[in-house]
Amino acid sequence: MTTAILISILMTVVGAATPILLAALGELVVEKSGVLNLGLEGMMLIGAVTAFAVTYSTGSAPLGLVAAMVASAAASMIFAFLTLTLTANQVATGLALTIFGIGLSSLIGQGFVGLTVPALAHVFPAALAEDPIWRVLFGYSPLVYISLVMTALVAWFLTRSRAGLILRAIGESDEAAHSIGYPVIGVRYLAVAFGGAMAGLGGSYYSLVLTPMWADRLTAGRGWIALALVVFASWRPLRLLGGAYLFGAVMTLELHAKAAGVSVVAPEFLAMLPYLATIVVLTAISIAPAGGRLAAPACLGKPFRATG
Amino acid sequence: MFRINRRQLLAGSAATLALPGLIGRASAQDVLNVGFVYVGPVGDYGWTHAHDTARKEAVEKFGDKIKTNYVENVAEGPDSERVIRQLAQQGNKLIFTTSFGFMNPTIKVAKQFPDVHFEHATGYKTADNVGIYNARFYEGRAVIGTIAGMMSKTGKAGYVASVPIPEVVMGINAFTLAAQKINPDFKVQVVWVNSWYDPAKEADAAKALIDQGCDIITQHTDSPAPLQAAEQRGVYAFGQASDMMSFAPKAHLTAITDNWGPYYVQQIQKQIDGTWEPEDIWWGIKEGLVGISPYNEIMPADVREAADKVKNDIAAGTLHPFTGPIKDQSGEVKIKDGETIPDADLLGMDWYVEGVQS
Repeated sequence: MTTAILISILMTVVGAATPILLAALGELVVEKSGVLNLGLEGMMLIGAVTAFAVTYSTGSAPLGLVAAMVASAAASMIFAFLTLTLTANQVATGLALTIFGIGLSSLIGQGFVGLTVPALAHVFPAALAEDPIWRVLFGYSPLVYISLVMTALVAWFLTRSRAGLILRAIGESDEAAHSIGYPVIGVRYLAVAFGGAMAGLGGSYYSLVLTPMWADRLTAGRGWIALALVVFASWRPLRLLGGAYLFGAVMTLELHAKAAGVSVVAPEFLAMLPYLATIVVLTAISIAPAGGRLAAPACLGKPFRATG
Repeated sequence: MFRINRRQLLAGSAATLALPGLIGRASAQDVLNVGFVYVGPVGDYGWTHAHDTARKEAVEKFGDKIKTNYVENVAEGPDSERVIRQLAQQGNKLIFTTSFGFMNPTIKVAKQFPDVHFEHATGYKTADNVGIYNARFYEGRAVIGTIAGMMSKTGKAGYVASVPIPEVVMGINAFTLAAQKINPDFKVQVVWVNSWYDPAKEADAAKALIDQGCDIITQHTDSPAPLQAAEQRGVYAFGQASDMMSFAPKAHLTAITDNWGPYYVQQIQKQIDGTWEPEDIWWGIKEGLVGISPYNEIMPADVREAADKVKNDIAAGTLHPFTGPIKDQSGEVKIKDGETIPDADLLGMDWYVEGVQS
């Protein structure tokens, strides 16, 4: 295997990992605040179609990215209102958000099928970005670097910042956080909005970078992989980073093996591997003593009603 | 053969809700109502788009003698049965159900409406009032295979394939055999993405193939993603189901297109004349059902000529893409010199010709 092929494989792995990393980072913060939003797939689709529609109409990709974040965050607010203000069931509402997102994105996208925009360009100067070797580090679209910076920021936010500690406290014990005066619902609204914006960014990676076009259900189920990834990473940002690249590798290596004429295991097996890995992690979490290092936020998915 | 388990249930339900309003308008005595059931949105730029274009052709031909009613985004399975029944109840006398998964619902509804005629695409079950129709897409594959054989410098094409059913296997073999007539050592590397539609994966598969030295990409999946990957990497590719030139102006050499129009016009005419009978047709280039979209201007004249010759010979019946000698992957002769593969065997094809790496 030549270096050129190796580098190309690495770059496809990064391409497959980045959108799920972006979406999962948002979901991680949401879940850390004690809210389970299963609407990732729907929000990613809304982000994808908005990014494409705005980029196509205005010619400005940055504007498209911002619009994608705003649109997906707005969609997540429907979820937030239902689950946080009206205390509706989070699982059912999240699933409804996914189905709604599939339909809405399809509706918005009707006039944009069959069109194309230039793919989001690399950020570094061509001397680096197109160098046969160095492109492995510098040859990506801005979203790849944004995803890495965001991973570091989220890790710092959750462990080092006061706001992050409050968010985690709310996720672990909403009653206690409420009783000492923290705005449980307000913080959760912000977390859900952040999760929506990140899902939108992740979705726009498909419609602006990987396959610069719009077609119905463009993300083809990647939102579910991102959800599984959060559990796989046991709610830790750095594990999330590793997990995203691992999932990305699993998703693309089979294609490269096939293209090279090697068949290691059945492709169906590899397709289910991310979920299988997630089940293994879930099992490990369940076996570990309560409050162990792997545990989920204690209030995850539980509705909160302010008392007193 | 196409699109099993593919479209969301809810879109189908929503479409059903919209149905009464859609159809209520039409019931003048001498106007023939024709129903169409689509599996995807009419703007999918592929399969359903082609069927809807054909419907419009029929409307143009017959003017106010017919009224067409279509329902899009109908999920295969129980949901489609409801839609088909409703179209029949609303007075459509000829109903086209345009996806493989509508087969059993069509047969079921047909039993309940003996005076309504049904046409089901790509299936194999018929009845007294159900005819079936399909396209010989493999003939188009032979044309693009010829082009690939002449345009490829590495002698290796990449094939982004969906699922290993006879329809797809047939296409891979026809493409490979045609390319080998130009370059006997031509190889085709197949990557299965196990989905009809997964743009990101289709694009990654195309990139992986290009990395392995394939300098021409073809596909039997539905999104233009492989074309876009080819465009980005500077290799050639072919469109699927409709002209996809706009997605890849440099890479797109040509596309196999589906033109159902002539068939729809013919069957509607028969319905009007009262001569409709259930048929089992499998049309190809000759009947105009399978078409080749305009060539990219970068294609040299000799390649155009060779492609046109294959196309014309198939249309004239002097060339069958599956004419022996044909060897399978192990090098054993499967089809003897001068023999052709009968239709029944093609429809059940489950082996690859020599030169296919899958």
